[in-house]
Amino acid sequence: MGAFISPKVDKVGIEDRVNRITKRSIKKEAKLEGLKMALNMVDLTTLEGMDTVNKVTQMCYKAQHLHDEFPGLPTVAAVCVYPNFVKIAVNALKDSPIKVASVATAFPSGHSSLDVKIADTKMAVDAGAHEVDMVISRGKFHMGDFGFVYDEIAAIKQACGTSVRLKVILETGELGNLDNVRLASDIAIAAGADFIKTSTGKIKPAATLPVTLVMLEAIKDHYYKTGIMVGMKPAGGISNSKLALQYLVMVKETLGVKWLDNHWFRFGASSLANDLLMQILKQSTGAYQSANYFSKD
Amino acid sequence: MNKEIKPLKFSGKWDFDPAPESVDHISLKDQYGLFINGKFENPQTSNYFPSINPANEEHLSMIAEAGEKDINAAVSAARKAFDGPWSKMSAKERGKYIFRIARLIQEKSRELAVIETLDGGKPIRESRDVDVPIAAAHFFYYAGWTDKLNYAFPNRDPKPVGVAGQVIPWNFPLMMAAWKIAPALATGNTVVLKPAETTSLTALKLAEIIQEADLPKGVVNIITGAGATGAGIVNHQDIDKIAFTGSTGVGKIIMKAIAGSNKKSTMELGGKAANIIFEDAPLDQAVEGVINGIYFNQGHVCCAGSRLFVQESVYDVVLRKLKDRIQSLILGNPLDKNTDIGAINSKEQLGTINKYLKIGQQEGADMFQLECPIPKKGFWCPPTLFTNVSQSHVIAKEEIFGPVLAIQTFRTIDEVITKANNTPFGLSAGVWTDKGSKIFNLTSQMRAGVVWANTYNKFDPTSPFGGYKESGHGREGGLHGLTPYLNF
Repeated sequence: MGAFISPKVDKVGIEDRVNRITKRSIKKEAKLEGLKMALNMVDLTTLEGMDTVNKVTQMCYKAQHLHDEFPGLPTVAAVCVYPNFVKIAVNALKDSPIKVASVATAFPSGHSSLDVKIADTKMAVDAGAHEVDMVISRGKFHMGDFGFVYDEIAAIKQACGTSVRLKVILETGELGNLDNVRLASDIAIAAGADFIKTSTGKIKPAATLPVTLVMLEAIKDHYYKTGIMVGMKPAGGISNSKLALQYLVMVKETLGVKWLDNHWFRFGASSLANDLLMQILKQSTGAYQSANYFSKD
Repeated sequence: MNKEIKPLKFSGKWDFDPAPESVDHISLKDQYGLFINGKFENPQTSNYFPSINPANEEHLSMIAEAGEKDINAAVSAARKAFDGPWSKMSAKERGKYIFRIARLIQEKSRELAVIETLDGGKPIRESRDVDVPIAAAHFFYYAGWTDKLNYAFPNRDPKPVGVAGQVIPWNFPLMMAAWKIAPALATGNTVVLKPAETTSLTALKLAEIIQEADLPKGVVNIITGAGATGAGIVNHQDIDKIAFTGSTGVGKIIMKAIAGSNKKSTMELGGKAANIIFEDAPLDQAVEGVINGIYFNQGHVCCAGSRLFVQESVYDVVLRKLKDRIQSLILGNPLDKNTDIGAINSKEQLGTINKYLKIGQQEGADMFQLECPIPKKGFWCPPTLFTNVSQSHVIAKEEIFGPVLAIQTFRTIDEVITKANNTPFGLSAGVWTDKGSKIFNLTSQMRAGVVWANTYNKFDPTSPFGGYKESGHGREGGLHGLTPYLNF
């Protein structure tokens, strides 16, 4: 479909830039500030076949009590669950600033009819989700039916209404190359995505720095054209603090400091939070503590 | 592109704390003599001059000034070594010494990087990741050629030329020394090398490495001093070959001086490279390449992409991206691992750059600079770009050798080829496009020694480097880099 002409991406150039970003040396106060910022951007996630009410409830408690022994910590940004657990999560988090995000649209494959996807989305929205994480139809994308992909995103955006923010998962691990990542980003943004998100977490590779850079550049170009800010969420595979800080450096140097906020940037991760906590305590006390001191919910 | 939309903001939140590389592991003497015949000697002039850190104007060390007698001593040591052990040694043995130098550079890479940054003002990121590794790579590469010269030039019986006089600039002090010394030694020559007067220290550290490598005395002699010392080497009767890297102005003087003599020469001189962005280019990577092309080493790069040509249909967006990227650069202490832009190499060079900034504004071009605090001491120039520029502007014609980019637009490929070649220089060029056929079409018509496609400032010892037109003659690097040091 000719309506979508995306700028080309040079993989070698992207890798050079990533290489330079990862060499930034973040020390002292900036390190502590970065770690806290990252913690505040985490979407604590459970998306398993074996999820239960108790599991979701436990995770919601953890989201509000990351490490009570250390006062002054931020909370995570959101919890992310399947639609049938949204009500549980909303209820558990009703007195906190933590948002509830729900995956929808036949997550993770996206193979279903538009009616089912809309119903799936409405189910999450009606249960009180603040955010919906949808998946694009990668099969249609590879067939070149970009119009289909666009229309579907636009329909889900409509189903979300005006107050629920839509995150569009591109599943970059299935897109094949960076040019496709860029094209899919542009389609999602044009169709009304509030956030673009790399991965479901079910496919490897999930989030990577090069893929994220390409997506941030798409967000930047949209901002240059319209002045509208779009959020970014790398998800899957970001399990340690050093890598999280590298993502934040990338955001800062690509989009600027306005995006350094959990309204515009999220980490889709579950094990990252404890590593960040461990590093924050290390920065503050000078010593690493045993992993056993950090609760695993 | 919507011009009403505000530029992105890159500071004011999460600004990085200083992350300086430590200096306590380096050893610098208070005073350095001349490295002649395998030993550090006091200069017969008895004169020493200071070397300072251009980032804070602090004193680093005293450097000897070589006079006529010292030059004579160095050349005669080189001649003796050439006639003596060096030319009689088997090629394989010669290669071992060069490999040893390469390994010692790697072993001491951290110290060399810090000294390079202290003495020259370049960011530690560059001296650590570019200068020192490339210097070592050149020795490794040419060490490998030593015993294969007959295969490189079959049936031509290659022979060394004799004593090479080598004069190098201040922008890549150690790397340039490696580019000069490695091929000269590999081909069996001996060397008298003079580093630039503002950046002698890593060349002198290299002299210590050469001592440690136990190279036969006199094979490499490193003498320090300013222009007069360089002239003394160039004019010396017993030198067989001159290798010079520096300004086109000095290159012309040297060529006149050696005219009619039996001296061979290679000249690697100035440049005013065109970096060309087509509308189908990967624009963000192109912008990054333009930034690296002109602001790498504060623009003190002979092959710097100092003229940018942007196709008109993408001019607005490219300019916007460039300006935002400039604002995200970090200028400051060159020893800080996060520094992107270091200090200008000398007060004199800063004067030259500032003169051109003034000329550009007087000519009516629009100037844009990184807004950032400038350190009080030392020599600094923020990354700068000029728009509203034409081929007739002085800032688009003359080599500035600083972080100054002149941007012009074009409409067609023929137009941009004409403009890119419309310069007395011809060292390098860059082209950014997604279309392979366009790359081949353009590169074959470009009068430049090196043309990079969808990248810029990539250096490798296997790749020849050198200029067309007033950017010089002869090639350094690769197989081509052997020939200037050989007679057939």
